[in-house]
Amino acid sequence: MMDILPILSTLKRHKTAAGLIVLQIALTCAIVCNALFLISERLHLIGAPTGMAERELLVIGMAGIVRAENADAQTRADLQALRGLPGVKSVALVNQIPFGTSSHGTGLRTKPDPNQRDIRVSSYNAGEGWLETLGLKLVEGRDFEPAEYVDASVVFSDGVEPKVPAVIINQHLAKRLAPDGSALGRLVYLYGPDAPQRVVGVLERLPSTYPRDRDESDLNAVMQPIRGSYRGGNYVLRVEPAQRDAVLKQATETLVKGSVGIKRVVRHQRSLEEMRDGYYRQDRFMVGLLLAVCLAMLVVTAFGIVGLASFWVQQRSRMIGTRRALGATRTQILRYFQTENLLLSSIGIGLGMLLAYAINAVLMTQYELPRLPLAYLPIGALVLWALGQLAVLAPARRASNLPPMMVMRGLA
Amino acid sequence: MFAYYLDLALRSFRRSPALTLLMVIAIGLGVGACMTTLTVFRVLAGDPIPGKSHRLFNVQLDAEGLRSHTPGEEPGLQLTRFDAEALLREARGVRQVMMSGADVALDPAGSGAPDMAPFFARGRWASSEFFAMFEAPFLHGRGWSAEDDRDQARVAVITRELSERLFGSSASLGKTLRVGNKDLTIVGVLASWRPAPHYFDLTLGAYSKPAEVYAPFQTAMALRLPVSGNTNCWGNNLINDPRELGASCAWIQYWVQLDTPEQRSAYFAHLNQYSEQQRGAGRFERPSNVRLRPVMDWLMVRKAVPSDIRLQLWLAFGFLLVCLTNTVGLLLAKCLRRSGEIGVRRALGASKRAIFCQFLVEAGLLGLVGGLLGLLLTWVGLAAVRLDPTPYAQLARLDPTMLGVTLAVAIVASLIAGLLPAWRACQITPAIQLKAQ
Repeated sequence: MMDILPILSTLKRHKTAAGLIVLQIALTCAIVCNALFLISERLHLIGAPTGMAERELLVIGMAGIVRAENADAQTRADLQALRGLPGVKSVALVNQIPFGTSSHGTGLRTKPDPNQRDIRVSSYNAGEGWLETLGLKLVEGRDFEPAEYVDASVVFSDGVEPKVPAVIINQHLAKRLAPDGSALGRLVYLYGPDAPQRVVGVLERLPSTYPRDRDESDLNAVMQPIRGSYRGGNYVLRVEPAQRDAVLKQATETLVKGSVGIKRVVRHQRSLEEMRDGYYRQDRFMVGLLLAVCLAMLVVTAFGIVGLASFWVQQRSRMIGTRRALGATRTQILRYFQTENLLLSSIGIGLGMLLAYAINAVLMTQYELPRLPLAYLPIGALVLWALGQLAVLAPARRASNLPPMMVMRGLA
Repeated sequence: MFAYYLDLALRSFRRSPALTLLMVIAIGLGVGACMTTLTVFRVLAGDPIPGKSHRLFNVQLDAEGLRSHTPGEEPGLQLTRFDAEALLREARGVRQVMMSGADVALDPAGSGAPDMAPFFARGRWASSEFFAMFEAPFLHGRGWSAEDDRDQARVAVITRELSERLFGSSASLGKTLRVGNKDLTIVGVLASWRPAPHYFDLTLGAYSKPAEVYAPFQTAMALRLPVSGNTNCWGNNLINDPRELGASCAWIQYWVQLDTPEQRSAYFAHLNQYSEQQRGAGRFERPSNVRLRPVMDWLMVRKAVPSDIRLQLWLAFGFLLVCLTNTVGLLLAKCLRRSGEIGVRRALGASKRAIFCQFLVEAGLLGLVGGLLGLLLTWVGLAAVRLDPTPYAQLARLDPTMLGVTLAVAIVASLIAGLLPAWRACQITPAIQLKAQ
């Protein structure tokens, strides 16, 4: 510590070089802090739980190339055939699935007033067995009762107000509807003012189809007891994880075999895990890229410190020799360079933090990112301090090992 | 003199190879990262229809109900079928197109390939001026006329790839294409065409591949062929088929070609007038809020370029900045270490200018070598990008322009980095250096 004054006076004579080290540390600190923050945001997104039995789910989408007249009967036959397959625990038909190829949303109102502003929700329709198949968990209320299920072909027929008696909502929407109490038993209006739906259950989790955490409609979801048909839905199969591939193959064959005469095509057949991986591929790529750039930046900065410190040691060998001759120990010389680096790093880190906040402010407006949490600053500071000390160690060692007499004679 | 400076630079490189290598690698990494992201950005943010993009306009009307109205917000991105047909009938632009994307089942059995299984293809239902307006290149045949559209003619245009898949060759004019269970006659075959971004319909993804099957809009409606993309419905919930003429659903992309600013302002006035008229008739509830945006504006407002790509660009430039700061520091150290040499040269009559040039040449040479390394890294980087299965990754390639730009960026960047060290070098006073030695 007592070295600080001589260090300061030495640095005064090398303002440019010192300034460059400080600048480089500041830039690196600012970018690394923000990059780490972006990484954690992405990891948070990628790791968000769906509440579903993800590892056990297979999703198969069929489409008729011609509009079949008996879609409901065909769908019932499909479901029965799929349920009969070995390794299949349960099967359900849902209109859409998270990470899938399509997304359906609707507006929900809490009053019969048709002019009330909508709450945007992701809207799922499913037939019997969905709760067990998807592996979702109710925190309140109950599953739909058999009498509550309605056929889509009946509910959505020409000129008739759709009549769906009940809905199950996710916890996020439940909190929105009843901030302090329970949303159970409330009436909501997904269709006209005359036929509301009663909330009969609240799910711990049910994500939107394209979970992104960007706005309300990304967080609210509602499940309706509407039996669709293969024409507008996905067969979801819950199986033993180990049997996924075998069951997927068998199920697809079964469905194709069940399509004789009506010309159907399997549009997609994947496990939910594959769908999830595909959905977050770009985010994982970004995490990798950000990590790589952080690492590269730290390495470049470290080598920059090594280069400049080596040069300084060489330039100051006369001074080092003099100090050694006057009785300074090796440790003292080593400490000197370490303290010097600590000082420069600290100034750099200080500037870097201001810069980090400035960059974050720009990112906040451009990418709708939240504010950089303060916790990232000490992390960045520690990383750069450690990096600086590590980088300066070799040149400082070399300095401390200079034999004083050789230096004085100008031989080193 | 230049040759001599070059020689001096090479000598200096040889004297401290580690430091030189460090600087070359830093410049190479920085430049490589920048050029990789810049190439990707350029491909993604490029003009999909150069020379005409400022004359093509996307039309937006605010046809939604008052229920979810926030004054001043962006109107709906697409039109209802009713409005699109009305505007098309009035035909106030030089050219105009109404259209929708589709996902259609093709039945090869009805198209002369009985053994092939049915499959789905990307379709587009459009009014007749689609091909002329968006400059879709024909290999054989032609599109269809406005009369064909009106008469619901059963015709189709397909791509060369689809033609080869179904018929084994691109000579499929006059043959039958079975879409679902409806037969269309092929009247045109398109040559390879990949506008990026897919600007005229972003609802399918900004970099989706263009359609493989094209048919007249009215024909597709009459045959009840499916549509795909984004459909936004409002008002009562009794809408059974959003494709119905009267349905309050927006799902149609509408584009108009306007060649002069006068035409543009006249068309804008016409849109406002149309909107007011619809409000008077009770169809529109909101105050008039129309938009008429040329291609590049449209892409910007719709944020067609993924925000991750911009982020990558900023990150890469930040990285380059760190690399350059690093290079400045190391160059400075190198220069100052050679104070003795500089002193001797100065004492022997070299001017400050000469010293300055010498060090700039050294920095430039460093930049050139770093740039070559950067080029190699860019090439590797783009190859890695193309491994990514996202639809746009395949578009990222190094073209001659970017090749030149890469080298230029590297050299200019290192010259800038060399300015400070060179300036410091020429400030060295010969007398002190000579005395110190």
